[in-house]
Amino acid sequence: MPAIAARGLVKRYKDVVAVAGLDLTIEAGECFGLLGPNGAGKTTTVEMLEGLIRPDAGDIEILGMRWAKDGRAIRERLGVALQETRLTERLTVEETLQLFRSFHAAGHDVDHVIEQVQLGEKRRAWVEKLSGGQRQRLAVACALVSDPDILFLDEPTTGLDPQSRRQLWDVVEAFKARGRSVVLTTHYMDEAEKLCDRVAVVDHGKVIALGAPADLIASLGAQHVIAFALAGDGAGATPAGALAAPLAALAGVSEARWDGAAGGRWLLTAREVHRAVPALLALLAERGLELASLRTQHATLEDLFLHLTGRHLRDE
Amino acid sequence: MSNDRIAGVGHPLVLLTASRFREFMRQPEAVFWVFIFPLLMAVGLGLAFRNRPAEQVRIAIRAGVGAEDLATRLAGTPGLVVTVLDSAEAAQRLRRGSIALLVIPGDTLTLQYDSTRGNAQFARLVTADAIQRAHGRTDVRAIADLKVAERGHRYIDFLIPGLLAMNLMGTSMWGTGFAVVQMRVRKLLKRLLASPMKRSHFLASFGFARLASVALEVVVLVGFGLVAFQVPFRGSVAALAAIALLGAYAFAGLGLLVASRAQTVEGVSGLMNAFMLPMWLLSGVFFSNAGFPEVMQPFIQALPLTALADALRAVMIDGASLVSQAGELGIIAAWGVVAYGVALKLFRWL
Repeated sequence: MPAIAARGLVKRYKDVVAVAGLDLTIEAGECFGLLGPNGAGKTTTVEMLEGLIRPDAGDIEILGMRWAKDGRAIRERLGVALQETRLTERLTVEETLQLFRSFHAAGHDVDHVIEQVQLGEKRRAWVEKLSGGQRQRLAVACALVSDPDILFLDEPTTGLDPQSRRQLWDVVEAFKARGRSVVLTTHYMDEAEKLCDRVAVVDHGKVIALGAPADLIASLGAQHVIAFALAGDGAGATPAGALAAPLAALAGVSEARWDGAAGGRWLLTAREVHRAVPALLALLAERGLELASLRTQHATLEDLFLHLTGRHLRDE
Repeated sequence: MSNDRIAGVGHPLVLLTASRFREFMRQPEAVFWVFIFPLLMAVGLGLAFRNRPAEQVRIAIRAGVGAEDLATRLAGTPGLVVTVLDSAEAAQRLRRGSIALLVIPGDTLTLQYDSTRGNAQFARLVTADAIQRAHGRTDVRAIADLKVAERGHRYIDFLIPGLLAMNLMGTSMWGTGFAVVQMRVRKLLKRLLASPMKRSHFLASFGFARLASVALEVVVLVGFGLVAFQVPFRGSVAALAAIALLGAYAFAGLGLLVASRAQTVEGVSGLMNAFMLPMWLLSGVFFSNAGFPEVMQPFIQALPLTALADALRAVMIDGASLVSQAGELGIIAAWGVVAYGVALKLFRWL
């Protein structure tokens, strides 16, 4: 039995279609990521799965149960950390967790969870005295205190510093290691690649790609990305110029794409960097063009998203 | 770690109530408005309306034939201060209200005054009486005065139970309504909804949290009245406690109702004032509401604040029993039951 099975989910807000017919199956013990830019419909999807929003159409099954019939039983077994919940400012860490623990018939000892999220030193501190990372870990602790079967995390590390992000990742990995399921939304590709067994790339309320992060990247037909920018005004470098076709035809290059962000650069997806780079340099020399920068990197989910939509995950 | 309900895990209703109460007590400004402000109000109003010696009536006689003679005759009349003024100054003082009345001498004495000024009618009576007596009129019947300054009959005795009722209303409604909307704005309600918490526990916790601080509110205000103004306490403590608790619980329900759909703190503040303002005016907190027209009385008597103020006053000042206040208690309870019921239906978590 899958942890979550959702079919044909649709949610409209007035004229906007937030989720447009979305199917998901999340297996028990799996960490599943919903990856997509802001406004892609990730949060709406997750909140429908959590029973907070009623879908306009579609069917949701959680641990073999349905919201309409077994709402309370499902809630007993979920742990939820919403995007941006501001917990009561003048309760302590300990008091907050005791409160959330009391809602569940079964669960962890509060001390155990405090230790898990490393808030031992702050257990008697008011929530208002906590840093952003500490608050986020407390929010996750509130979700963990019921010892849930499925943990929902909606953008858990947005706005956190690198150290706080890693601390949270450790908490999620420890939970996963115990065979429990995690549903995670994020617009950080590194987070999805690190934590998720499978990701669904979501755009405009639909799943546009689904699979293990490594498989999805491999599906690009390339393991590497060569990014370069041209010196001067880069005459002829824009897509309107005559460079696109010859770049795509270079040895070892499967796709050439103009990226208008950050001053403009070309992105080449390549299977074999050692053949593509010399060919690129030869082409530029022949045209009398000079490089301003050249970088090669492993392809990421970001490149996949760019490949699928022509847009970046984070609009900056 | 344990998967059973283990020792140390409290009942959700207890923990929700404790959270509410802690949150409140940890906000010094909230504590000020609930406990200190009503005391300041009692002091201010108590001093403004304290029992004073009978008021002095200031009048003038316009200078002219017979003016000095009349002034001499009126001198020594208790409560009357008489001066002789020339025409221009007398007119000016009358306009400014520094004299209540001007006597214009002549064959017929003319009393000039502005009947719309509060003390003018009184000044006319006192002056006319003094003039007649000064010219030899005698009393037909003997009259003796017995002045009321007895505890239990003064304004402050009327005021303290009224203030207590108003304070219970204000703190209960604000305490719940404001907190709920703040939780909604901060998405904490949504988070609670995602847990298996029982909604009835959540709503009830607001009422129970009020009960704890109500005890303090009552002790502070009643104690202050007793110490500072010797406001009597004639009924039973149990009856007062029962009425105050019922009132606070009912108003907490009304606070929930008002906050059940508001999406902003500003929105709930407006609704709250719209709900409470008519009651401040109509419910006889500061002054008796007997003066309002007869047609309004059934409405006024059905207001929860009227019922609460009347019941508190009856128990504190008249020493009435709880049973004798069954009507008032019924009204308060009915408001509370309806408020919780409707709030539970209308309540928005998102």
